[in-house]
Amino acid sequence: MKFVDEFRDAELGRVLAGQIAAAVEPGRHYKLMEVCGGHTHTIYKYGVDDLLPANVELVHGPGCPVCVIPMGRVDDAIAVAREPGVIFTCFGDMMRVPGGHGTLLEAKAEGADVRMVYSPLDALRIARENPEREVVFFAIGFETTAPSTALTLMRAKREGIPNFSVFCNHVTIVPPLRALLESPDLRLDGFIGPGHVSTVVGARPFAFIPADYGKPIVVSGFEPLDVLQSVHMILRQLVEGRCEVENQYARVVPYDGNMAALRVLAEVFELRPHFEWRGLGFISHSALRLSAAYAGLDAERRFRVPGVRVADPKACQCGEVLKGVIKPWECKVFGTACTPERPIGTCMVSSEGACAAYYNFGRFAREREVV
Amino acid sequence: MLERAVSEREQHALAMIERVRSRKPQFRDAQITMAHGAGGKASRTLVEGLLAPAFASEALAALDDAGTVEAGGVGLALTTDSFVVSPLAFPGGSIGELAVNGTVNDLAVSGARPVALTLSLILEEGLPAEVLRREVDAIARAATAAGVDIVAGDTKVVERGHCDGMYVTTTGLGHVDPRARLSPGSLQPGDRILLSGPIGAHGTAVMLARGEFELDAPVESDTRSLWPAVDAVLDAAGPSLRAMRDATRGGVATVLNELARASGVAIVVREAAVPVPPAVTGACEILGIDPMYVANEGKLVAVVGPGGADAALAALRSHPLGAEAAVVGEVRTEPPGMVLVETAFGGRRVMDVLVGDPLPRIC
Repeated sequence: MKFVDEFRDAELGRVLAGQIAAAVEPGRHYKLMEVCGGHTHTIYKYGVDDLLPANVELVHGPGCPVCVIPMGRVDDAIAVAREPGVIFTCFGDMMRVPGGHGTLLEAKAEGADVRMVYSPLDALRIARENPEREVVFFAIGFETTAPSTALTLMRAKREGIPNFSVFCNHVTIVPPLRALLESPDLRLDGFIGPGHVSTVVGARPFAFIPADYGKPIVVSGFEPLDVLQSVHMILRQLVEGRCEVENQYARVVPYDGNMAALRVLAEVFELRPHFEWRGLGFISHSALRLSAAYAGLDAERRFRVPGVRVADPKACQCGEVLKGVIKPWECKVFGTACTPERPIGTCMVSSEGACAAYYNFGRFAREREVV
Repeated sequence: MLERAVSEREQHALAMIERVRSRKPQFRDAQITMAHGAGGKASRTLVEGLLAPAFASEALAALDDAGTVEAGGVGLALTTDSFVVSPLAFPGGSIGELAVNGTVNDLAVSGARPVALTLSLILEEGLPAEVLRREVDAIARAATAAGVDIVAGDTKVVERGHCDGMYVTTTGLGHVDPRARLSPGSLQPGDRILLSGPIGAHGTAVMLARGEFELDAPVESDTRSLWPAVDAVLDAAGPSLRAMRDATRGGVATVLNELARASGVAIVVREAAVPVPPAVTGACEILGIDPMYVANEGKLVAVVGPGGADAALAALRSHPLGAEAAVVGEVRTEPPGMVLVETAFGGRRVMDVLVGDPLPRIC
């Protein structure tokens, strides 16, 4: 397929792998974090790991929108979905995330009208087609997906659609990264920067990572060659003693971000004082809620949500996985009590979650030479 | 290639997972969810954890596409399948053709020449007669094309809202071909994996026909009888043909996992060798779905011993149904029960059974 195959060229991959192997200093171990779950998915799906030398280790970060939703918010969503007359719409992955009292998929089987949508605009269309029902959209994601929620809300307000509202769980990328960098058990040499979110916020917001914490970051695209090239760029910074923000994904990411999208976000959303992240706890100013001008479309105001904080199951180590402190397989319940079919933690649900990616794709990939 | 040693702890964790995976699935769910019908792990739990143990039948426990029975010294194959596709008609076919070809193909890949079908219709109150007439015609045409008689049938009507237009169930009877010595447990290291043509068309055509994605692509269902292709492979490969599967719900990936598990062998697939039509690749790329998991209704996977693989491939290719047939992988010893993919990019990964519907990723 044109414009895709070029970024998956095996020959170029081998050339880049050779350059990476030549760039690393023998005896030194490099630990790089890919912040975004999309990168985690690419790395496992294409076996990018197999092309890296043994002393370059990739660890997975907190950038999977499904993975960071705490259990209490899932319970809130289920409570809204069970309200009489409600059509509750959400993305597919979110339906399988367990709260304290089951999943949205189970609520659907028990009679709640839960529908999978692919875009918030689909939810708005359902609201137009069912004027006698209350239609709620479960909004999740970083600044990547927040603009499409914002545009949908603007349209709903303009068209005066009274039966549409949004249960907002949008989060922001910089606060969790700062929290991560502040944690004392962190041992990282550099970051593969989140490309999708950077199409909106730009590369500029990551300048604090080299400036305040002395770690290089390269904003990266999502094809396997993008990831390999970004690894090479980070390693070159380390070898040459540089430490800066570089943009490998310049074909899509402007340094200052997408001004139109940022304006829309500023109009529709405001920062929450604090928000709970799965496994990471409460982080100040790390999430968005609807601004006063859009309060009428806020599902949290329209419906009573329990708002009860639910502690993560004791055995679940999603937090440590999200911080890159442990590998998925180091979690006590990985692959035994917690599997993609019966997930305990969110990282095992989304295909971008580190645990699901490792379980579905990574097992045995490099375990032994196949006879 | 740089081979990386995996720590003992990681190996220990992986071994633990395999122990858990190899346990017999237990059906413990409180209710049926859509995942139980998606052909992935939940469907397997339902079949292997509840249904197969309840009936204690040797033929059923083999979990083949058709069961076999001996009657008066004649080997017969018997299978049944229900069709609930939505929408009823889609580019390249409709529920009527599927209902015939799906059952015919379950017989064919079990090495049985399809002979006769029964037909059961569940109709929703209010279904337009022209829709029913259209589907009855489609059933008749498909049965003629597949060379099977429809010898018995039943109709029921349910109230509006209790069924989505129409559901169709067909039961098929076939005559086990004397050339066939097939068993999903007979795969041996060195065997080749053959695919009869490009994959993913049926599932993609139906998904796009639902109109949920506002995507348009020239993709048509591949629904057709596989018996002619099976006949050709049986002739060419003879006793070196180990097993065949019809790669329907769950796609080629699911079928390969079933075979690897049944034989306790590994299957390695070369991604670059798998034929996928460009329009299917494009649609799957946009929806975040792997074509290896997308349903086909006229593609078979055949496992053939090394001695017969070339002849089987040539036989498939000489047939109009199999012009793009390919050898896409082979059977190895390690790790047992697993399917691995050598990616076109040069890496390697596991290709497991899906957990539920292939849901598009969200960002």
